[in-house]
Amino acid sequence: MIGVISYLVFFTTVASILAIAVLGLNLQWGNTGLFNGGVAAFFGAGAYGTLILGGTPQAGHLGGFGLFYPLAVLGGMAAAGVLAWIVGVATLRLRHDYLAISTFGVAVAFENVMRNAEALAGGAKGLRGFERPLRDALGDGFVYNIAFLLVVLVLLLATYLFLERLVGSPFGRLLRAIREDETAARSLGKSPARVRLTAFVTGAVIMGLAGALYGTFYAFVSPQDVLPTLTFQIWAMLIVGGAGNNRGAILGTFLIWGAWTASGWALSRFAPIEAQLYAGSIQYVLIGLVIVGMLLWRPQGLFPERLVVSQSGQG
Amino acid sequence: MIQHLLDGILIGAILSLGAIGLTMVMHMLRFANFSHAELLSIGAYAALVFDKLFKVLMPVLADQIGPLSMTWALVLAIVLSMALTGASAVLFDRLVFRRVREKGEELSMVFASFGLALIVRNVIGLVFGLHTQLYSQDIVFAVVLSRDPLLLVKPDQLAALAATLAIMAALHLVLSRTTFGYALRAVAENPVLAQVNGIDLRRMIVIVWLLGGGLASLAGVFYGLSNQISPVIGRDLVLPIFAATIVGGIGSIYGAVLGGFIVGIAANLALFVLPSGYSPSVPFLIIIAVLLLRPNGLFGEART
Repeated sequence: MIGVISYLVFFTTVASILAIAVLGLNLQWGNTGLFNGGVAAFFGAGAYGTLILGGTPQAGHLGGFGLFYPLAVLGGMAAAGVLAWIVGVATLRLRHDYLAISTFGVAVAFENVMRNAEALAGGAKGLRGFERPLRDALGDGFVYNIAFLLVVLVLLLATYLFLERLVGSPFGRLLRAIREDETAARSLGKSPARVRLTAFVTGAVIMGLAGALYGTFYAFVSPQDVLPTLTFQIWAMLIVGGAGNNRGAILGTFLIWGAWTASGWALSRFAPIEAQLYAGSIQYVLIGLVIVGMLLWRPQGLFPERLVVSQSGQG
Repeated sequence: MIQHLLDGILIGAILSLGAIGLTMVMHMLRFANFSHAELLSIGAYAALVFDKLFKVLMPVLADQIGPLSMTWALVLAIVLSMALTGASAVLFDRLVFRRVREKGEELSMVFASFGLALIVRNVIGLVFGLHTQLYSQDIVFAVVLSRDPLLLVKPDQLAALAATLAIMAALHLVLSRTTFGYALRAVAENPVLAQVNGIDLRRMIVIVWLLGGGLASLAGVFYGLSNQISPVIGRDLVLPIFAATIVGGIGSIYGAVLGGFIVGIAANLALFVLPSGYSPSVPFLIIIAVLLLRPNGLFGEART
């Protein structure tokens, strides 16, 4: 029984962390119509940033500044934001293809640099030597995991509330206006490029937060954690949940992460030994089918965006 | 130095072939097609299958052509593979892109292409295995072109380069001398105006996919000849091919050709300053540099 509960805690923790990243993507794609093909890079920047800033000194690579944990997380989020700002400044004035290609490119380059730069991030071996905060007080066991889950849930809720307020605010209205009709927004004296950049960087910072929590949870991050697969998974979560709907995004995350782990378990349990090597391929085909299938048959997702008609005097 | 330049030209020819089709599709259908590079994989594997088939059916064809490892069987296989890859590009359009397009969701096309790329790549892995394969088990030694500076090249690579240049010349003649070429360029420039002039847009879209798929298949086979065939060809080449289209300017066929060579050469010259492990990052640096300095590429026009 305790096994089931601790597995549920583990599952909910990872799913909630991913849900934060999906919320960040929802701000970019769902609310602003910005295509981010490199979620893994911003997620990874958060994880690497946090672990480098908050870790203990290690021989052979940078890091071990042993910063106070919340500061390290903020640093990780800032790293994700800076990365997004660089890509955004170069592309957001241009046609949307460029953003898609550049964000995809930044993820390829990020993974590539992390894999090769031993001095910066430990290279392919990954980044070790991070002490999880409050480990002395809570130990390493079940209690710690419960406490960590609570922290993650609080941050998920905080992100959700922040985004709901943002979307309901005049800024959120502006985002939708630009998404629907850029020319009209510009004729009202708004600057679409700057607003887009703000939304893009904010979304990336939220992904950075998710990455920071992910790195903290495992006290380890390696290039394996920032493969393009992560980007695909996070998209599938958003598309299934319903772009533009924050609650849908969270539900989509739990659905897809559940399906992903269940299919992984089923393949490892029931597939013959010689097919095990191909279990990953089967899962990727499934996630590709989910993405394409949703776009063809239910592009609005399971929980569509509720269109808000804003009138003067209302929210 | 010269060796890096030569290697750059050889890989550049492959990128150019991939980029021609991609730039036409991106311009005409207005979306970044992330599944285009998977057509290279399809082409490479299709040629592998046809090659084996021909060698069994007609052993006469299994002889090597001169100093090449290429056989007549492979040449025939390439032709069939181009047709098959073109046909699969049309099929993907029918099954996925056209249906998403008709819903009017321009941005969703990019999503769909990502999903499609994931499916194609992993199905290829499931069917053919994740290991690498070669067209010919015979070892072909590189030929020494000159000793000082030392210049090595495989005969296959030179043949591939010559074929690429010949095909580009042919494409140039078709584009600049025939009514069909005018129609194609007209559609790429302004689809609506082209339709007013009686050009069948649907037909042109099919032709662009066929052409793009065919050239991609050729690129895939040439890549397989000079490196090896694996299910991740598409994954590894998608970014360099995009970089080539961006350098050349999206929509410009000549730009794509030049862009391919520029990216190929730049990536190889980068080996002077960067350890080779970092070469997958070079296309991204090129993309960012072009977007900052000359956002519409060398030959592209501004369009939002």
